[in-house]
Order: sequence, then structure tokens, then C-alpha cells
Amino acid sequence: MNEWNSETALEILPAMWQGFLVVLQVTLVAGIIAVVLGLLVAVGQRVGPPWLGRGLSGVFQFVRNTPLLVQVLFVWTATSLYINPEWSAFAVGSAVLGVHYASYTSETYRAGIEAIPVGQWEAATALSLPAHRVWGAIVLPQMMRRSTAAVANWIIAMFKEVPTLFAIGVLEMIAQAQKYQGQHYDGAVEGYTIAGILFLAASYPVAVAARRLENRLAKSHY
Amino acid sequence: MQNPITEPSPAAERGPAAAPIVRFDRVHKSFGDLKVLDRLSFDVDPGERVTLIGPSGSGKTTILRLLMTLEHVTPTKDPAAEGGVIWVEGKPLSHMEKGNRLVVANERHLRQARKKIGMVFQSFNLFPNMRVLRNVTEAQVHTLGRSKDEAEAKARELLDLVGLSAKVDNYPSQLSGGQQQRVAIARALAMDPDILLLDEVTSALDPELVADVLGVLRDVADTTSITMLIVTHEMGFARDVSNRVMMFDRGVIVEEGAPDEIFSDPREARTQDFLRAVLAE
Repeated sequence: MNEWNSETALEILPAMWQGFLVVLQVTLVAGIIAVVLGLLVAVGQRVGPPWLGRGLSGVFQFVRNTPLLVQVLFVWTATSLYINPEWSAFAVGSAVLGVHYASYTSETYRAGIEAIPVGQWEAATALSLPAHRVWGAIVLPQMMRRSTAAVANWIIAMFKEVPTLFAIGVLEMIAQAQKYQGQHYDGAVEGYTIAGILFLAASYPVAVAARRLENRLAKSHY
Repeated sequence: MQNPITEPSPAAERGPAAAPIVRFDRVHKSFGDLKVLDRLSFDVDPGERVTLIGPSGSGKTTILRLLMTLEHVTPTKDPAAEGGVIWVEGKPLSHMEKGNRLVVANERHLRQARKKIGMVFQSFNLFPNMRVLRNVTEAQVHTLGRSKDEAEAKARELLDLVGLSAKVDNYPSQLSGGQQQRVAIARALAMDPDILLLDEVTSALDPELVADVLGVLRDVADTTSITMLIVTHEMGFARDVSNRVMMFDRGVIVEEGAPDEIFSDPREARTQDFLRAVLAE
């Protein structure tokens, strides 16, 4: 029962693959939230009134300093009890994961914006460029070059945290392995091993690609 | 408090024939406790080329940055009575008219008011993510509302003028410092400014690249009637190009006059010391 069994592994593989697809879907949804919300917050902190910047900073400081698992369980419970019990674990879990990682990506973006030389802002002012061009044509392209590799690393880290959503019943890989084990009293070693291999197989190439992107951006013309 | 708008009071004793294009009327500027400009008044006539000289920290660059609205004047309580206002082409730049009062300008007013002013910076400040051509067209299209074709034609003409027509598709990082500064000059000229501010435009360049940039600026001075305010340590250039030189120290004008007067026969000991130090470098 505690030793590797190839037949069990083959039997559990389809369910694990289903779980892996769920992990990818969560990563996609949460990743979009993390990338877009993080950017909005970083820009909002720069262009918004001071109270907004302080408020966003305080909220995200709180998010970064509390465990993801606690946030997932709290939001899942709160939404089920007080907002809408019909909301799926997938939707709630993806949103929490996305907001959690937006608190990190926003800091990366903020650092990228602050690293832009003051002369760039002054040149844009001297040319009276409208705000949407200052941000869209000058600041964000330069910030993205500095931030993209770091944000990609946050998304990889987030991808590896998707199993946290097992706690609220999202049928990702760990939940699939547990489900199989509950039904067959077997398959834990095979299930967790396959999960580890699939995580590695997916995250390693992405990490290598992120590294290459970082190197390529470092050699770009700006 | 009522600050009835009045015509700017005469600031300099020179008595310009034409209405001044730039007027500093008792302008204050402090950074915290540090007073950089102290009730500074001067006029610049249309088409005049004025060089500001003086030691570091004397307020020269601050004057250009105030004109470019990168810094803001330290407000006075009653601008009509106490001054503290910068005027450009007879209209307040640092302030705006509200009812019959002058109040500190908001961003909207500044954005409109500074369109007639261009600036070339010491460190070029080209946009590194844009090719040379787009550096020169970007603001033409998005600030002045020119069509892309019109902006490109103007940009190519100016890049040709500064000797860089072969570099339109390069990124700034692929150019030397002197070439980057010439692109920056083309970028500023593309906006058809009435006033051009040159802030130590050769200070960041290797000595062998200085001549090209100064050559381009001499051409601009010779072929246009743009009013220029120049901060430079290139005394030869200042002597050739300027109509007037103003010597600053601690935020006040120590001495001003024609370049020959100032460089050959300065009256003030402070000017003599400064020129001795600069020319000995």
C-alpha cells in the first residue's frame, strides 16, 4: 500500500491530469487578476490622491502579511454565508489567489515605475504630453522591461500555490489524489508523485523562459 | 484677499523697446529653508539670446526649470502687490487669472502655457524605448495634434538639420552622447517653440562631441528668431551667440550686459572671480 505501484499510477493519471488542467485554469484566471490589478494599484498609487495611495498600500500590506490559506478560508466562508453561497470554489479561490499575488506584483511594478529616471518625466512634461501618452508610450513600456521577468516569477510562485485551494474543495491535483485515496484506500504515493512531476514539468520550462526573457530584455536597446 | 490683475510692473531698468517675451517679476523660489531666488526681476525681449552664468547653486538652472514649469514659484500672498509672478508673452505663466485675481496656476493652465516653451536638458532625456524618429514625432502628434505624416516630415527635416538623417531608425542607446543631444535639440525645435531653454547642454558630453552640438545651436541661433535662455559654462559659445549675459550669485543678478562687456571688462569682483575660475578650467 505504501510502495509505488505503476498500475495504480496509470489508473490515477487521468484524474490527476484533470486536476492539472484545473491548476492551469486557476493560474490563468488568477494570473490575469494579479497582473492587471497589480498594475492598476501601482499606477493608482502614483497618480491618485495621497489617501488612495495610503489606503491601497495598507490593504496590500495586510494581504501580504497574512497567510494565503487563511485568506482563502475566510473569503470562502464569508462569501458562502453573507454574499452568495452559489459562487463556485473555483471562482472564489482564483479571485483570492489573484488578489493575494497582486499585492506582490504591484510592488514589483511600483519599483519599476520608481526606477524610471526623473528626466523621463521632465521631458514628457516639457513636451506637454497628455497623461495617457506619458503612461502608455513612455512609462509603462520602460517599466515593463524592468518588471516582466519578476512578475513572471510571481506567476510561477502562484502556480505552485494553487493546491492551497484544495482547502475549499477546488478539484486540483492534490484534491484529486485525496479523492482517489478516499475511494480506494490507495494511490497517495502515486498521486502526490505525479502531482510533483506535473508541477515540475510545467514550472521548470516557464522559469527557464522567464530567465531567457530577462536576459533578452537586459540586452534590449532601452 | 483681492489681487487685482495689473500689467506686470517694469522689472528691469533696460526699458525694452518691444514688450518682453519673458518677465520675472520679483520671483521667489525656496526649497525648504534654502532660498534659491530672492525677489528676482528681469525681462527678456523677443528674439533675444540671454546667457545665464554663475557658480553652482546660484539659481540659473532653477530659472529655466521655473520657466519650463518643472518647478513652481514660492507663492506670495498678494501677487499684484508683491510680485512673485512669471509672465510669458504678456500672460501669467506661474499664475492664472481667476475672476480679477491672480492665483497659483493649476496643471491645466501650465500644460497650455508651456506649449510655447521648449527645453533641452543636460542629460538629453530622450525616450529610450522609442526610435529617433518617434522621439521627434511623439509630441508633435499628441501635443500639437499634427498628423503623423506632417510630424514625420518635420522630424526628418530637423534631423537633417542636426546631421542625423541617417539615424532615424536607431534607438537612443545606439547613438553617441553628442548625437543624442542633437536629437533632443531636434525634438525641442519640432514643437516650434517661441522660447528655447538650454540647460548646460554640453556638460554631459565628451570634449570632442561638444563642438558638433554647439555648431547645431549656432545654426539655430543664426537661422531662427527663437528667444533663447542659455545656461552654460562654454564661455566662447555664450560670447558668440548671446545678446546679453547675466551673472548670477545666490539667486540675484550680480551684473548684466553685452557679452563683450561682461567677458572683457566685468565690473563686479564676483564676476571677475567667476570668469577667472571658469576660464582657467
